Amino acid sequence: MDAQKLVKMCNEIGAFFAAEPDKATAMAGLAGHLKRFWEPRMRRGILAHLDGGGAGLSPLAVEALRMHRAMLEPKAVRS
Amino acid sequence: MDSNKILDRGTPDRSARVGAPVTLQIDGVAVTVPAGTSLMRAAHDAGVKVPKLCATDSLDAFGSCRLCLVEVEGRRGYPASCTTPCEPGMKVKTQTDKLAKLRRSTMELYISDHPLDCLTCPANGNCELQDMAGVVGLREVRYGYQGENHLAAPKDQSNPYFTFDPSKCIVCSRCVRACEEIQGTFALTVQGRGFDSKIAPGPGSFLESECVSCGACVQACPTATLMEKSVYDQGQPDHSAITTCAYCGVGCSFRAEMKGDQVVRMVPHKDGRANRGHSCVKGRFAFGYATHKDRIKQPMIRASIQEPWREVTWEQAIAHAASEIRRIQGKYGRGSVGGITSSRCTNEETYLVQKLVRAAFGNNNVDTCARVCHSPTGYGLKTTLGESAGTQDFDSVMHADVVVVMGANPTDAHPVFASRMKKRLREGAQLIVIDPRKIDLVDSPHTRAAFHIQLQPGTNVAVMNALAHVVVTEGLAKVDYVRARCELPEFDKWQAFIRDPKNSPEVLGPVIGVPATTLRDAARLYATARNAAIYYGLGVTEHSQGSTTVMAIANLAMLTGNLGRPGVGVNPLRGQNNVQGSCDMGSFPHELPGYRHVSDPTVRELFGQSWGVPIDDEPGLRIPNMFDAALDGSFKALYVQGEDIAQSDPDTHHVQAALTAMECVIVQDLFINETAKYAHVFLPGASFLEKDGTFTNAERRISRVRRVMPPLAGLADWEATMALAKALGYPMHYDHPSQIMAEIAALTPTFTGVTYDKIDQLGSIQWPCNDQAPTGTPVMHVDQFVRGKGRFVITEYVATPERTSRKFPLILTTGRILSQYNVGAQTRRTANTAWHAADVLELHPHDAEARGIRDGDRVEVESRAGKTVLRAEVTERMQPGVVYTTFHHPESGANVVTTENSDWATIVRNTRSPRCRSARCWCRRRRGSRSSRRLRSSRRRCCRGGSDGRAEAGQDVQ
Ligand code: SF4
Ligand code: SF4
Ligand code: SF4
Ligand code: FES
Repeated sequence: MDAQKLVKMCNEIGAFFAAEPDKATAMAGLAGHLKRFWEPRMRRGILAHLDGGGAGLSPLAVEALRMHRAMLEPKAVRS
Repeated sequence: MDSNKILDRGTPDRSARVGAPVTLQIDGVAVTVPAGTSLMRAAHDAGVKVPKLCATDSLDAFGSCRLCLVEVEGRRGYPASCTTPCEPGMKVKTQTDKLAKLRRSTMELYISDHPLDCLTCPANGNCELQDMAGVVGLREVRYGYQGENHLAAPKDQSNPYFTFDPSKCIVCSRCVRACEEIQGTFALTVQGRGFDSKIAPGPGSFLESECVSCGACVQACPTATLMEKSVYDQGQPDHSAITTCAYCGVGCSFRAEMKGDQVVRMVPHKDGRANRGHSCVKGRFAFGYATHKDRIKQPMIRASIQEPWREVTWEQAIAHAASEIRRIQGKYGRGSVGGITSSRCTNEETYLVQKLVRAAFGNNNVDTCARVCHSPTGYGLKTTLGESAGTQDFDSVMHADVVVVMGANPTDAHPVFASRMKKRLREGAQLIVIDPRKIDLVDSPHTRAAFHIQLQPGTNVAVMNALAHVVVTEGLAKVDYVRARCELPEFDKWQAFIRDPKNSPEVLGPVIGVPATTLRDAARLYATARNAAIYYGLGVTEHSQGSTTVMAIANLAMLTGNLGRPGVGVNPLRGQNNVQGSCDMGSFPHELPGYRHVSDPTVRELFGQSWGVPIDDEPGLRIPNMFDAALDGSFKALYVQGEDIAQSDPDTHHVQAALTAMECVIVQDLFINETAKYAHVFLPGASFLEKDGTFTNAERRISRVRRVMPPLAGLADWEATMALAKALGYPMHYDHPSQIMAEIAALTPTFTGVTYDKIDQLGSIQWPCNDQAPTGTPVMHVDQFVRGKGRFVITEYVATPERTSRKFPLILTTGRILSQYNVGAQTRRTANTAWHAADVLELHPHDAEARGIRDGDRVEVESRAGKTVLRAEVTERMQPGVVYTTFHHPESGANVVTTENSDWATIVRNTRSPRCRSARCWCRRRRGSRSSRRLRSSRRRCCRGGSDGRAEAGQDVQ
């Protein structure tokens, strides 16, 4: 998956949740959205990008991905 | 067979407006009717038919023909029964010698100025004038036929679908009244007086007039004066079936009038509750595509997209498709394949495609073309109110006092609903339009918007926030309503956000491009109305902040207590006919039917049990993700039913590259479309006339689609999907779509009570339909919101990342026009091209002048995504800096220039406001006489979106 696109999408979702005054809620909102709507390939892609330094990701996105990593990690690849 | 004869009760139902019942006697029979009912209607209810010509129950009585005279005991003269209201104790006689004589004389006058060519007349056997001559016992015409008459008046054949033959006109003015009262266009007038009076569509022909070809006048005409050309050609129909229009989300009910297996005409069904007997040019007349010679009737396959197609049998095509899917899954994994359902197909067909993907492909990679239009509605309304659907029925608008129309152009995209809305506006409701373009509703005959918030594209959220800010800070909120019905902690948080001066009209006004005072006044009007309703369209949803805007709309409605009763609500105007249905049926990659998330183990268990396979618990790929995955090599096969993603999806280049990267693309459609150019298997589709099923319109109304002719290619779409499933080793067992609906009902709580029998009985059903609401739900959220307490969501305005620049100084928006539909695959194959032969670029005179562009020039439009050439239409409808085009014609490639900014929540690509550069590329004087120029400009008026004459466009494109 094109990492730049994933970053852009993730940041846009982050921009919506950033309006939430409570930061923990905002991060949970962002991560929950990725879990509910992103196919495993996309979640794997954004986590790999995070591991590679996370260039371009907004601070809220970086923090949310780190904090909720376990939830976002897809199960082993199925055939 | 004649609908008018069968159903016409003479004058409209006034039961909603009239008082206590009154009892009177008609021809000695006691009748009790609501006070205010006409004598004619009361007589009809008592089984007595009073002769009539100028009255019909779809129009207010007019009292001009004097054929319906009656005698009332104790009263002098002979009152017209159509205009005389019933009063208690009246004794009415409808048949006396005197009345018979009067009626015969009246008929004699009519007939003396009428051609006596009944035997060769297209209305023969279906003509009210002919009938009345018989009813009154006319045996001779004492005046002869030699006197002055209108028999030589020339026919007007300019409209592609109907003929106007004034020699047969009796000047009953039913057509004029239909155009005014039902359609609201006011295209026709009665010119002259007395003997000289005649019906005229303005100074020129019908095609040159304001007429939008809705057909209401044709329907109302009691003679052959206004008559469908198809009836001229094919004769009177001999049987009929009730079905549902396959064009837009209004979902009009029609009677398909047939001769053998040929459709003679489509007539709007009087009892259809979505359309109440009205129609637009598409559903009424543009059905010829169904039998167009371009229809593909034989399945085809090819090894690569460079090769020519090879016709094969259904068995071969299906076997090939199935083996390719299995081969690809074997090589690239289970998740490397997916399917796209269509908003043009039936509920049952959409349900089957998602079942095929989930059960036979074994993943959740299913999505729908509603992705490119309405998924933000689902997300936004589910989050705030708890259900992914509009809150009202269409009738509700008749109770609204203030109507907000946002990012929608109902007169073009949802014309029949627009006519209802205009009727309500003529009755005095106020209108607020929020749109970058000066759409027709802003200023149309006898209606004018109180406010037109002509916002900069991309600032919808800013507008909604500014309005809500005014409501909160000026103390206009319905606090009691909010306290009783909404989550208070969320509301308090939201209130703190919206009160912030950054959301005030004074701060946001300059961003929006509208004075703060206008925003304040509009907010006050909306908030203080007794009933205020919001209708919104693609201008809201096809945008990078689409979901946020929908939530902001819901916030505003909750804040002002405008939810949960007739006359109010939040109402998406769906683009395609079955957008609502396809979303309901589980077409999204994260939701099973009934909007239930795939991560819910109980729901998975339910479907797993029924389908006999485990359901994947991870969301699948959405359409744009499928394309991205195709480009990175992990997505290789796609089954696309009834959707032209290569043309309708924004950013065409990206889509084409993705399709080219796939190893097996299976396209099922009526015609070879743009997507089929990238396909390896082509399965012929069936039109709505060739299959049974249901559509669900924008008001959640489930209506029957009925098969009136056999599938031209042998299989209906649902049968083709079943064949594919079987070839994949997952046989499905349905003999009829009603069995599919039974399965949907068994698995979906909002559909529990839906059966074909019940739809037949009730005509149509609005879901939810279950034990709590056995006959359906016209208005939702009545006592409480579906989610329990309504939820206010903070909706921060985020400026769209695309900005105008020196290179790209204009903002491009896209939309649709009345006579064409979506990517135009159907309408382009009908005579509707008389109104819209090519896509045009609308731009403001200032922008045109600055670039030396004149009306009619061909201009190059370039954006970051690509470039295309369109013909310019210079118009004040646009504001400076913003241009507009439609995307009905593939050759114009309007979507080539749209970019891929998408809605953050649901990935709806932003087709509404990419920035583009518009520059004149070349132009030359157009061929054609002055009169054809005049014709062009009047056609432009007619279709609003701008058009050229058919002939000229063909010559001019180089
Ligand atoms: S065109 Fe038909 S409806 Fe109109 S006035 Fe003539 S007869 Fe009546
Ligand atoms: S077809 Fe034209 S003239 Fe007739 S009612 Fe419709 S808009 Fe009016
Ligand atoms: S296109 Fe829409 S408004 Fe027109 S007839 Fe069909 S459903 Fe009705
Ligand atoms: S039908 Fe009553 S006056 Fe014509």
